[in-house]
Amino acid sequence: MSLSELEVRHVAMLARLALTDEEVASLQGDLNSILGHIDTIRQLDLENVPPMTHAVPVVNVTRDDVVVLGLDSETALMNAPAAQDGAFLIPRITGGGDDE
Amino acid sequence: MSGLNLSAWSALQIRDAVATREFSAREVAESAIARIEAIDGDVHAFNQVTPELARTAAEKIDALVAAGDPLPPLAGVPAAFKDNMNLVGTRTTCSSRILANYESAYDCTAVARLIDAGVLPLGKCNMDEFAFGSSGESSATGGAKNPWDLGRVPGGSSAGSAASVAAGMATVSLGSDTGGSIRQPGALTGTVALKPTYGRVSRYGCVAFASSLDQIGPFSRTVEDSAAVLTAICGKDPMDATSIEREPEEFVSAARETDVSGMRIAIVRDMLAMEGVTPEVRDSVLAAAARFEAMGATVGEVDLPTSQYGLSAYYIIGPAEASSNLARFDGIRYGHRVADPVDTMDLYLRTRGEGFGTEAKRRIMLGTYALSAGYYDAYYGQAQKARTLIAREFSAAFESYDVLLTPTSPQVAWKFGAKSDPLAMYLADIYTIPVNLAGNCGISVPCGFAEDDGAKLPIGLQIIGDYFAEAKVFRAAAALERDLALDMRSPLVLGAPTP
Repeated sequence: MSLSELEVRHVAMLARLALTDEEVASLQGDLNSILGHIDTIRQLDLENVPPMTHAVPVVNVTRDDVVVLGLDSETALMNAPAAQDGAFLIPRITGGGDDE
Repeated sequence: MSGLNLSAWSALQIRDAVATREFSAREVAESAIARIEAIDGDVHAFNQVTPELARTAAEKIDALVAAGDPLPPLAGVPAAFKDNMNLVGTRTTCSSRILANYESAYDCTAVARLIDAGVLPLGKCNMDEFAFGSSGESSATGGAKNPWDLGRVPGGSSAGSAASVAAGMATVSLGSDTGGSIRQPGALTGTVALKPTYGRVSRYGCVAFASSLDQIGPFSRTVEDSAAVLTAICGKDPMDATSIEREPEEFVSAARETDVSGMRIAIVRDMLAMEGVTPEVRDSVLAAAARFEAMGATVGEVDLPTSQYGLSAYYIIGPAEASSNLARFDGIRYGHRVADPVDTMDLYLRTRGEGFGTEAKRRIMLGTYALSAGYYDAYYGQAQKARTLIAREFSAAFESYDVLLTPTSPQVAWKFGAKSDPLAMYLADIYTIPVNLAGNCGISVPCGFAEDDGAKLPIGLQIIGDYFAEAKVFRAAAALERDLALDMRSPLVLGAPTP
């Protein structure tokens, strides 16, 4: 399997990564080289082998149903790039244009 | 201030000396701080140094000593933490531009437990960005250097955690290990480095790389210290649902039990025969096995044929989980945000494009691709099945043997820039990755030296144990440590002027 430049750009969009043309070119080469090595996994007979999600299976880990305080809003906001009125501030996501 | 030089002392020696008032915890703190000031400009093991946290912790210990109160198990021991572990009062940057100014909002459980055990927090250690790397070079602040030869890498990703101990700054440190990021730098710096069983230590407060593989563990100068740190940090944590509830365990006595007669030990034959391992490393591992036999252990051989596919499975599972975990760094709630975004999509794209370094982008792309529509079954699904086979092979081996031996790293520390091809870098972890995939435990312990281009460089032996068999691993490691009695003081420690 080998990735085209177009596929690299598509994956970058899925990953929300703005890449320069140079980065796209070098990532295309790197990813194809790495995927070429990864493809050796096809030599294994994995028919009827169950997938392993965790090393030590634990199921239904619950805690007592008691209220525990989380981070207060001041602490939660202390690393915010922009905050206002106890909330994270982001660019507008509705409207746009010149409707104000 | 004190003229105290503790750069070759063990944690338990320091603790005992503080307890018997040979010197105070405050003197220990000043000595460690002075040493960092003197040499970390060269080593760059630290992203942030926290002298005030160390002094405050030392004052508490000295108050206990003055009052004649019982001391915690690691009282007065200088300790450092990988910069992906949160500690209030410090930044947690993961050596990434995207988190360059991130202030810890809460404490990582393992860090808090080690501080409760009495250590003096010296600071946060340099690392490969988001733990993506095997040399330390992907750090956005520049790589840490190897105290055995400053022209060489200390290994990675826990590069600074390893270098700080090998350079005699921290006495113990914590790293995190997803595919070898504790054990491999341990081997390259001549330190004792443990990856505990998955679930042994809480991951809460350690920035996630691959959640099904990550585990926190110690670097130290002795096996006994490694056991003492594990004893302090292990155990169930309500904040990490994957941490395992077990009867309280104490590991120091296992590290003092250096009789291995009757122990069943196996060399992993096919892994030792893999291409890429240098003759010096292979010979050193075989010599260690011979020492175990001389000490009365039964030494055999096993093959783990699926483990050679571990690298492939790992470079699907690791990046897949990482791409998901790193989605949270989007410039909204914390971290770097691009200037003047036109809308949220522009904000996400350019913030992440600016904030992540080359290797982080590579892993995010690889993982996103492996999880994308149409490829999930072919990659992630297959990798998880391969993981099952690898774990089954280990379990079968542990029916006949107590511990298994491999090199930790196929080669000794290399020079900066020597592995510019990503795949060549990934191959540095061929011996450590299968253990993360299976989830059992492994330690790297020094077993010899190799000369390379005029430098004397340490070789690490990996001793692999079954799930929750750390006690056996410590026992074997301590026996070898005592038998070989290697002088593991790096040139930086041997040449250390008294601060």
